[in-house]
Amino acid sequence: MGSWIIIGIIVIAALYLTFAYNSLVRMRNSVENAWQQIDVQLKRRHDLIPNLVEAVKGYMQFERDTLAQVVESRNRAVAAPSQEVRLQAENQLTAGLGRLFALMENYPQLKSDQNAMQLQEQLTTTENQIAFARQAYNDAVLELNNRIETFPANIIADHFGFHPADYFQAPPEDQALPKVDLSLRTPRAS
Amino acid sequence: MTPSHADFRDLERRNRRQTVALVVVFLLLFCALGLGLDFVVGAVRFQDGHLAGFPLLTIIALIVGSVQSLVSYYGGAALVLGSTHARQLAPDSPKHQMVLDVVQEMALASRMPVPRAYIIDEPAPNAFATGRDPQHSVICVTQGLVDEMDREELQGVLGHEMAHIRDYDIRTMMMIAVLAGGVAMLADFFMRWSFFGGFRTRDDRDNNDRGQARVIIAIAVFVLAILAPIFSQLIAIAVSRQREYLADASSVEFTRNPRALLRALEQIARTESPLANASRGTAHLFIVNPLEGAGDDGEGFFDSLLSTHPPLSRRIQRLRELMAEPADSAI
Repeated sequence: MGSWIIIGIIVIAALYLTFAYNSLVRMRNSVENAWQQIDVQLKRRHDLIPNLVEAVKGYMQFERDTLAQVVESRNRAVAAPSQEVRLQAENQLTAGLGRLFALMENYPQLKSDQNAMQLQEQLTTTENQIAFARQAYNDAVLELNNRIETFPANIIADHFGFHPADYFQAPPEDQALPKVDLSLRTPRAS
Repeated sequence: MTPSHADFRDLERRNRRQTVALVVVFLLLFCALGLGLDFVVGAVRFQDGHLAGFPLLTIIALIVGSVQSLVSYYGGAALVLGSTHARQLAPDSPKHQMVLDVVQEMALASRMPVPRAYIIDEPAPNAFATGRDPQHSVICVTQGLVDEMDREELQGVLGHEMAHIRDYDIRTMMMIAVLAGGVAMLADFFMRWSFFGGFRTRDDRDNNDRGQARVIIAIAVFVLAILAPIFSQLIAIAVSRQREYLADASSVEFTRNPRALLRALEQIARTESPLANASRGTAHLFIVNPLEGAGDDGEGFFDSLLSTHPPLSRRIQRLRELMAEPADSAI
């Protein structure tokens, strides 16, 4: 009788161990996947920016500085030697694009340029997807870290070398920036 | 905005349980019906306190019920989309492209796979999500929603739908829609059949036997035809209402922007026209009740008892509380 109880306890412990380990692996993969999502969107932004600048520069003669600055941050981000430099360049790029989109509002002729409008929509959704991907990444990190740091999973996490992940920190000027929403806003009475 | 984040896995589990319970009840209903018919045609009878005979119709009913459950599970989304006359959304205009983009944005924010997008050509702004799981999910919007919402408002509405997808509400709701439709069809079928005298058995030996059979048929038909649709409607009501509040809260969790969803709901509250292609069977799928115009958004006791959706005004008020903004600013 006593031996059965011991066997039962061992089986339950083994089941729990398997379950806890697998869920830790899933969460870690989910964090990695979320990070890659950010990367995908940043790359897409790099690809789109030259096209947008090409499309609008004919209209925006007086905004040469802003355009040049956007291109310059983009090139720095693409060629960044380290993660830190790259992050900084990407943040400048976000700010620069925000300014550029705001300035585009001053050029009503742009609204009738289909190509420019399409590119703007693509970049707008990319900007939003970067923001949402970062948010999703932080959600995933929170989930993983909560699991790693709470009992009893923390024992397993310790033993198998799971480490808490770092949150993505938005730069101070980025936090003040509203989400981009410029194109196609419908006028309304209220 | 803490409420629904940590416990969405609980919601998912609850939905799995409810779907299983739903199918079991549905199958039991079919079995009871088949057994009743077996008695009526004399395939099964009481003999010395035992059941005797071969319950052929019960087995057939069980098979039909199982097939229909499988069809609802795998084909429910297609059935729902067909009954609402939805078509696949193509990037054929800037606004449609934007909807497709926002669907992707909200899928990212909710960490879910990107659902397929559909559209209904109707002016009433509304939306729903359906499918059997997040990997096979569909989001459907009306042309009216596309026309009237700006990007942020769309994010709010589609975030609400992504919450239904993440919590597996879509599966439960879809099964209710299709199975309830099946029950209604069955009830209809029996009504007609009994009207046209389909129950007449070949060897009507005496009137007494036939009279008994008639009574049983009458009871079966009465139960099915009158109680079943009401019953499935009650299930839809009970299951759907609390989920709308939860999905509103989750939407805000995704967009971090309660104001946009608030604006969207207010905008929808102002529109008059109900949705022509929605029916009682699919009403509970939509973000706002598609059967009533803005004027009918009652808050009376019976309104709140018998509607699949909580009153819009109350949802708007909850969002305001979420924003900690005074509720007196004009709608």
